[in-house]
Amino acid sequence: MENWVAGIILLIIKLGVMLVVLLLAAAYLVWVERKLLSRLQVRYGPNRAGRFGLLQPLADLIKLVAKEDTVPESADKTIFLFAPAVAGSTAMLIFSVIPFGAHMIITDLNVALLFVIALSSLGVYGVVLGGWASNSKFGLLGGIRGAAQMISYELSLGLSLVPIVMLARSFSLVDIVNAQTRYPFILIQPVSFLIFFISAMAEIKRIPFDLPEAENELVAGYHTEYSGMRFGLFFLGEYITLIVLGGLVTVFFLGGWRGPFLPPLGWFVLKVLAVIFVMIWMRGTLPRLRYDQLMSLGWKALIPVALFNIMVTGAIILIMES
Amino acid sequence: MMIIDGLRGFIAGFATTFKHLFRKPVTEQYPEYKRTLPARSRARIILTRDPDGDERCVACYLCSAVCPVSCISMQSAERGDGRRYPRWFRINFARCIYCGLCEEACPTLAIQLTPFFETCEREVLKLVAEKVDLLVGHGGKNKEYNFYRHAGVALVGEKGTHVQEEEPVDLKSNLP
Repeated sequence: MENWVAGIILLIIKLGVMLVVLLLAAAYLVWVERKLLSRLQVRYGPNRAGRFGLLQPLADLIKLVAKEDTVPESADKTIFLFAPAVAGSTAMLIFSVIPFGAHMIITDLNVALLFVIALSSLGVYGVVLGGWASNSKFGLLGGIRGAAQMISYELSLGLSLVPIVMLARSFSLVDIVNAQTRYPFILIQPVSFLIFFISAMAEIKRIPFDLPEAENELVAGYHTEYSGMRFGLFFLGEYITLIVLGGLVTVFFLGGWRGPFLPPLGWFVLKVLAVIFVMIWMRGTLPRLRYDQLMSLGWKALIPVALFNIMVTGAIILIMES
Repeated sequence: MMIIDGLRGFIAGFATTFKHLFRKPVTEQYPEYKRTLPARSRARIILTRDPDGDERCVACYLCSAVCPVSCISMQSAERGDGRRYPRWFRINFARCIYCGLCEEACPTLAIQLTPFFETCEREVLKLVAEKVDLLVGHGGKNKEYNFYRHAGVALVGEKGTHVQEEEPVDLKSNLP
């Protein structure tokens, strides 16, 4: 009985620490992204609030909390108020299965990979319900686009991970990292890595694939009607999924926390930051795709290649074992 | 071939943005660094004086009439020597759009726009400028010009003796 209580308390402490770290990381990720993006565009970025603009996330937070939380008159109120929570919480929940070190993990689920994919599918609801409930053209269009895009790219996202599961012979993320003791999977599965990276970018609606919130055609897409902290939740969810994606790429393809010299957590953070840097770099370089290009890339290129990759991987495993 | 070309273009784009990461930003940090604006950039409006020190404005109401937002108002009056001037002159900078039409309309170059643009106020009534606030001690962009040397005064001497006035034409000598 006492063991059980202690376990619960320990879990809650773990979750609390994780939550605080994650929220802080997401807030400062906004700063990092704005700074990096502006340097890519030969600008300075935020540099007024505090030294190097380091207090900018705090200022943004105060602004978001202090703003009025408006609900459009014709909106479906319950769903409208509920949708941002979906977007925020699904993103945060994924982090409970990502291992940061040998034993630094909240819960080592044996079907963690399925859990990740399931939650990223649930994340669609935040976008769709938010866009639909706000009862505005832009919101609705953004929501529809988001739904189509995220459902399409979920397929290639899942398919690109099948070879990883075949190699690691487990759905657990810890086992997947342990399977990369000798070499990271990016070396033997570069195609799978590329497909995963591209579909994950589409899944979190980042710049080459940011059609659901395309500023210059849809105002702000599915979160047009949101204000104050509810918009903040969408924003937060977006940046947490960015960290989550960095973590997932690290775990699946870059060998997780493994690496020489540095402590495991150091390697993990370093790899996540590298992935995030590449994503910000992409944002600074690529223009937005057209809608038909987005769809044909997903259905006509990524999914067939992913299927072919699965077959080739399976054949090679079969040959090596016999 | 198409794939290689596409890939090359793709990578070239990434290389370009990466190179820019190490460049010095071109941004001018505004409150610390203030660039000198061109002399003819349009901001704060002034009323200038002619080289003799008299105010140039003759209260003709043209600027007031042309102003698209009707932010200029004045009351004309006449001096002892018959020269007109505005008794009061008011520009509401809260409405002014700095279009420069008043400057174009002014026949005496009295009203002029200057590059000084830092005119923000927290209270809107502070943006209403009276004649004292507008009148300056110099000739603005055109220091030498004096309207009354050319026009607006009674002719003293013979025809053709006025400043920049040509000799009257003898109609008969113009015959072929």
